[in-house]
Amino acid sequence: MIVLLGVVVVILGFVTRRNPVLVIGAAGVFTGLIGGMNPLEVLAAFGRSFADSRSVTVFAVALPVIGLLERYGLREQARRLIGRLGALSAGRFLTVYLLIRQTTAALGLTGIAGPAQTVRPLVAPMAEAAAERSTGAALPDRLREKVRSYAASADTVGLFFGEDCFIAIGSILLITGFVNSTYHQDLEPTQLALWAIPLAACAFVIHGARLLLLDRQLQRETALAHAEHDLPLPKGTDK
Amino acid sequence: MIKVEWLYWLVGLVLVVMAVQMAADRTNPRRWTSAAFWGLLGLAFPYGTGVADATAHNGGWTLPAEPLGVAVLALIVLAGFNFLGKGEPVTSTAEEREAAATRLGSRIFVPALTIPLVALVCASLLDTSGLFEKGKATLLGLGIGCLVALLVGMLVTGERKLSVPLHSGRSMLEAMGSALLLPQLLAVLGSIFALAGVGTQVGRIVHDVLPDHSKYLAVMAYCVGMFLFTVIMGNAFAAFPVMTAAIGWPVLVQQMHGNEAAVLALGMLAGFSGTLCTPMAANYNIVPATLLELKDQYGPIKAQIPTALPLLACSTAIMALFAF
Repeated sequence: MIVLLGVVVVILGFVTRRNPVLVIGAAGVFTGLIGGMNPLEVLAAFGRSFADSRSVTVFAVALPVIGLLERYGLREQARRLIGRLGALSAGRFLTVYLLIRQTTAALGLTGIAGPAQTVRPLVAPMAEAAAERSTGAALPDRLREKVRSYAASADTVGLFFGEDCFIAIGSILLITGFVNSTYHQDLEPTQLALWAIPLAACAFVIHGARLLLLDRQLQRETALAHAEHDLPLPKGTDK
Repeated sequence: MIKVEWLYWLVGLVLVVMAVQMAADRTNPRRWTSAAFWGLLGLAFPYGTGVADATAHNGGWTLPAEPLGVAVLALIVLAGFNFLGKGEPVTSTAEEREAAATRLGSRIFVPALTIPLVALVCASLLDTSGLFEKGKATLLGLGIGCLVALLVGMLVTGERKLSVPLHSGRSMLEAMGSALLLPQLLAVLGSIFALAGVGTQVGRIVHDVLPDHSKYLAVMAYCVGMFLFTVIMGNAFAAFPVMTAAIGWPVLVQQMHGNEAAVLALGMLAGFSGTLCTPMAANYNIVPATLLELKDQYGPIKAQIPTALPLLACSTAIMALFAF
C-alpha cells in the first residue's frame, strides 16, 4: 500500500502547480525508493526505461521541416484558407473550422492552428462577425463571450480528437512506449490510431451539432435581449 | 535491413547539432545550460542503443544503464530548475512570410503532407517487404517521411542552405523547452510505477471493489478512472500509466482478453475528455480564455463539458462493445 504515496506525490505536485518535470522526477525517485529499490537500481530503472521509451521523442526530427515551412508562410497560407470561409453563419463557420482542425491534426499538422496562432486573430473575430451579420445587431457582451468560448472549444476539441488518428503524436507514442517497455509488447502506432477514428467521428458529430445549435441560441437570445431592451419584461421572468 | 536504432542515432545527431548552434547563440541568456541540456539529450539517444532491451538480445554492445539514469536526472534538474533559455528566433519577418505565402500558395502544404503520407506507405505497403526491422515500420516511416519532406520542402521553397531548416527547428525546440521531454519522462515514471508495484496496488483495490468478471463495470472503472484522474492532474499522460497498470492491462487485457490497441487507445481518449473539463489543464482551457480576453475564465470549459461527457460515454461504449 505504501507505494501509493508515489501517486500522492504526483497529484500534490500537479495540484500545487510545481514544474511538471520536477514532479515526475521526484515522484519517480521517491516511488522507486519506497518500493524497495536501492539507489543504483533506481538509476538503472531511469536509464533503462528512458532508453526503451526513446520512440516518444522521435517526432523531434520533424521540427526542421515544420520550421522551414513556417518560415515560408505555412501559417499565413492556412489563415488564407480559413479566410475564404467568412461568409458562413457563426455555427456553420465554427463547424467547418472544427472539421479542418480535426483533419489537419489527424495528418499530423497540429502546429498550424491553436489559440494563439488562429483562434484569437482569426476564428473568434470571424465567428463574432458572422454572428452579428446573421442576427443583424451587435452582440450583447454575454453572447460575445459565448461565441468566443465556442471558438476556443472548436479548436481544442478538434485538436484532441483529431491528433490521435495520427501515428506520430505524443499520446500515441506514449501508449506504445509505455506498453512496449513495461509489458514487452510489440504494439504498433497504426493499430492505436485506427481505434481513434470512431471516437474522432463521434467528437465531430457531437461538437458539430452543438456548434450548429449555437446559431439558434444566438438568434433566440439576441431577439430576447433586444425585446427586453425595448420593452422591459416583468421581473422574475425566466430567460 | 533498416534498423530503428539508426533513426535514434539520427535524432541524437540532430539534437547535438542544434545544441552546438545553441552554444554559439549569444542572444540566448542561458546558452551554455541550454546547450548542455539538448546535447546531453542527444547523446542519450545513441547511448540508449546499448541499454535498450531490444538490442541486448542481438548480441550487440551492451552498456550499463546507471550512467544513463544519471544523465536523465541531470536533464530533469536542468529543465526543472529553469536552466533552459531561448535565443532570438532565427526566422523570417511577417512581410517575408506573407510574400512567400502569396508566391507559393497551397504548394506549401505539400511537404507537410509528405510526412504522414510516407509514414502510412511504409506502415502499410512496405511493412512486409523485409526492408525494415520487424514491428518498427511505422516509426521508421516517420523518420524517412521527415527526411523526404525536408528534401521536398527545400525544393518547393527554393531554399538551398541546410542550416536554415536546422535553425528554424532549433527555435521550435527552444520554444517547446522541457515540454518536448515530458511524454518520455511520463513513460519513464510509468515504468517505475510498474516496477514498484503501484499499478498492482491500485488494481488490488479496484479488484476488491469490483464484482468478479464484470466486463462492463471494469470498462467503466477504467474509462471513468482515466477521466477523473485526468481532471485532478490536468494531464491524461500522467493518468494513463497509473490507470493502465491498475485496470487497463491486468484486468481488461490480460484477464478479459480485450484487444490491447482498442483498450489503450480508447482509455487515453477517455482521459482527453477529462482534459476538456478541468482548469488544471491550463494551457488548453485557461490560456485561451485569457488570450480571448474573456471575463469568465471558465468559458471554454463550460462550452466543452456538454461535449466531453457524451464523448466519455462513447469511448466507454465503444470499448465495451468492440474491444472484446
